[in-house]
Amino acid sequence: MAQEGNPGNLTVLWLQAGSCGGCTMSALGAEPDGLVASLERAGIRLLWHPSLSEEGGSATLRLLEECASGAQSVDVLCVEGAVLEGPNGTGKFQLLGGSGRPMAQWVADLAKRARYLLAVGSCASYGGLLAAMPNSLEAVGLQFAGDEAGGLLGDGWCGSGGLPVINVAGCPPHPGWLVETLMGLSLGQLRAQDLDGFGRPRFWANHLAHHGCNRNEYYEFKASAAEPSQNGCLMENLGCKATQAPGDCNLRVWNGGGSCTNGGFACINCTSPGFEEPTGSFLETPKIAGIPVGLPVDMPKAWFVALSALSKSATPERVRKNAREDRIVVPPRQRGP
Amino acid sequence: MSRSLVIGPFNRIEGDLEVRLELSDGQVAAARVTAPLYRGFERILTGRPALDALVIAPRICGICSVAQSSAAARALGEAMDLVPPANGRAAADIILACENAADHLTHFYLFFMADFARQDYCGRPWHEEAARRYKAMAGEAAKAASAARVRFLHIMGILAGKWPHSLALQPGGITKSVDMGERMRLLAILAEFRRFLEERTFGDSLERIAALDGPKALEAWAAEKPPTAGDLRLFLDIAADLGLGRWGRGPARFLSFGGFGPADRPLFAGGLWQDGRPDVLDLGALREDLGHTWMDGDPLHPADGRTEPKTDKAEAYSWCKAPRIAGRTVEVGALARQMVAGHPLARGLVAASDGRGNIRDRVVARLLELAILVPAMERWVGLLGVDGAFCDTADMPRQAKGVGLVEAARGSLGHWLSVDGGRIGGYQIIAPTTWNFSPRDSAGNPGPLEEALVGAPVAPGQDQPLIVQHIVRSFDPCMSCTVH
Repeated sequence: MAQEGNPGNLTVLWLQAGSCGGCTMSALGAEPDGLVASLERAGIRLLWHPSLSEEGGSATLRLLEECASGAQSVDVLCVEGAVLEGPNGTGKFQLLGGSGRPMAQWVADLAKRARYLLAVGSCASYGGLLAAMPNSLEAVGLQFAGDEAGGLLGDGWCGSGGLPVINVAGCPPHPGWLVETLMGLSLGQLRAQDLDGFGRPRFWANHLAHHGCNRNEYYEFKASAAEPSQNGCLMENLGCKATQAPGDCNLRVWNGGGSCTNGGFACINCTSPGFEEPTGSFLETPKIAGIPVGLPVDMPKAWFVALSALSKSATPERVRKNAREDRIVVPPRQRGP
Repeated sequence: MSRSLVIGPFNRIEGDLEVRLELSDGQVAAARVTAPLYRGFERILTGRPALDALVIAPRICGICSVAQSSAAARALGEAMDLVPPANGRAAADIILACENAADHLTHFYLFFMADFARQDYCGRPWHEEAARRYKAMAGEAAKAASAARVRFLHIMGILAGKWPHSLALQPGGITKSVDMGERMRLLAILAEFRRFLEERTFGDSLERIAALDGPKALEAWAAEKPPTAGDLRLFLDIAADLGLGRWGRGPARFLSFGGFGPADRPLFAGGLWQDGRPDVLDLGALREDLGHTWMDGDPLHPADGRTEPKTDKAEAYSWCKAPRIAGRTVEVGALARQMVAGHPLARGLVAASDGRGNIRDRVVARLLELAILVPAMERWVGLLGVDGAFCDTADMPRQAKGVGLVEAARGSLGHWLSVDGGRIGGYQIIAPTTWNFSPRDSAGNPGPLEEALVGAPVAPGQDQPLIVQHIVRSFDPCMSCTVH
């Protein structure tokens, strides 16, 4: 058992519920050399992972039984994917292969034994895309259904480690969010106050995806892109919610240097419950009287309107022109030759 | 003596799978392949604003995410009468090739080879070396490949923002232009990945591997060095010892939609291969049969298809539909793609195996594609122009139809879209593993994996026969896509 001051030997069991496998694929991209090496260095041991382990079939079912009975201790149960309670509460939309039992039951049984429960990705956290309308799957997260507390395990669930479900949300989550959360648990450094109201670790969720955006100058001057591939800010027209989305996506960057906004497309606020049901469409900013419906968090509407008007009137020609191009057509003025 | 065997949960594949075997006289007499998860993406898509498919479709699958993106972008592009400019196409090709190559690498080093490290093979001449290299989560080559994969996916950081689940691929191209510094970084990443493949995987140049023109050339190449020189040679040695070329035989019919490069001169030509020769692909004869699927309805073309779950259906045993062309199954994947495209190594290997795919040839075809794709990606970076647009735009018509056909790592992927009042009226998806792992159809014809498992030897008392594991994984199944 991992304890404070006794790093290492944290055991992790990983199940895929109603998932696309993308959280695992993202996690395998952990810098600098992948998930397995990153966990190994931290003394974290994967008891079983569906994509990585040698054993499958009956050997895996035996292991899961042992974990459920307590014969094998599990420090962290990682669940990737939404829990499918349908049809009609039976859970039969996902049976664990070889067992004939709904995955929802396996997760509920194993949750009783694990010290910590970690939802990997927005589906396991809140239901995510699988809970999108019409949600005929009856998809829920482990401790939330959308933004309502409850989910599979209920509002009051708390593991023997003293924490509610830890929601490493995101579609997919950044590999660093997962690895660092597991390392924090291993070292006893993740406390209840380190999680936000939706169970997300604050070390990444206390930032906004907007922080560090490489389009910052266009944002400041409200010089907006109108079409994909243009340099300008993506908030006014192209659906970007980075000023509302929890995440340090532009501070730590993805796949060696990228991010959604860096790639030229909107942040869709994938770390938040309900991201799957945007107002209107994902890629177009809904507006009322020309003003975006979704304003930057903590910003009073009147101030946003006033500052936007002022910014637009002060926009340098360079920024205005470059915003509607896919390359820099007007470079910053040089001092000297 | 006969008995039955249920194998599941299957691991080191993508998603959920269960296989039921009827055993008789020490071999598989019949197999039933079950996809035990339903997700209903086609229903989630219906009624949404049309371009929302760009957000939702990639999330069908986290490992074929770009392929799903690409198929959605093409279906929407056809509906909008929009084709990406040359720069956008080259960038999109690099992004898709990056995913396909990364998937081939992951399959070989993390999913497939780990089975040869198992204790069951202790005593085989190659076992000690296989265990040292490929043991799950511990093998030296598996770790090196994981690190190489992380670095290779930095291509996605440059071109697609992130992987998986990017929105970079649009109907009109990609969402960002690529400057000189980025082009140089792309070349540096490709050079590093090339070195991994040449030093580790092949022990030879990629060009030499891509130029192998038949089984004899492959055999002669392998004999040049000891079997431990590179991972392809070690695999061929293992395959010869275990007779992997004899098992897992597919339906002798291969499908590929082709792709990469301009439509009139693709890198891989598409089409159908059956009766031992290339044939015209008539997608009009495509139907999805629901005879043994937990769904309601008649066999329909995907342009008219529906997705109506029905759990109380006695004869059903899978959530996977059963796509058939003119009533017949086809195999898809890297081997099928290279068969259809006419690569002499793929055609030669299959010809030497009664015209059918098998475990060994599917694995060889994936490695062959790695040797073809990386040099092609280097060429495409050179095509990313200094001038010219990366993305064009057009309005979405109120009423329209579109089809997006793509080759994902695991084979042919199709999206059939109809737009009604600017919203998605219908959306049907046929993913690669839907073809390969389909259940029986109404006429009782087994799916390709079900056929491939028949005849596999299973010793009495064995409850996890490794030959079954090898056959299943040789298809590199993606059940996530299958149960969209």
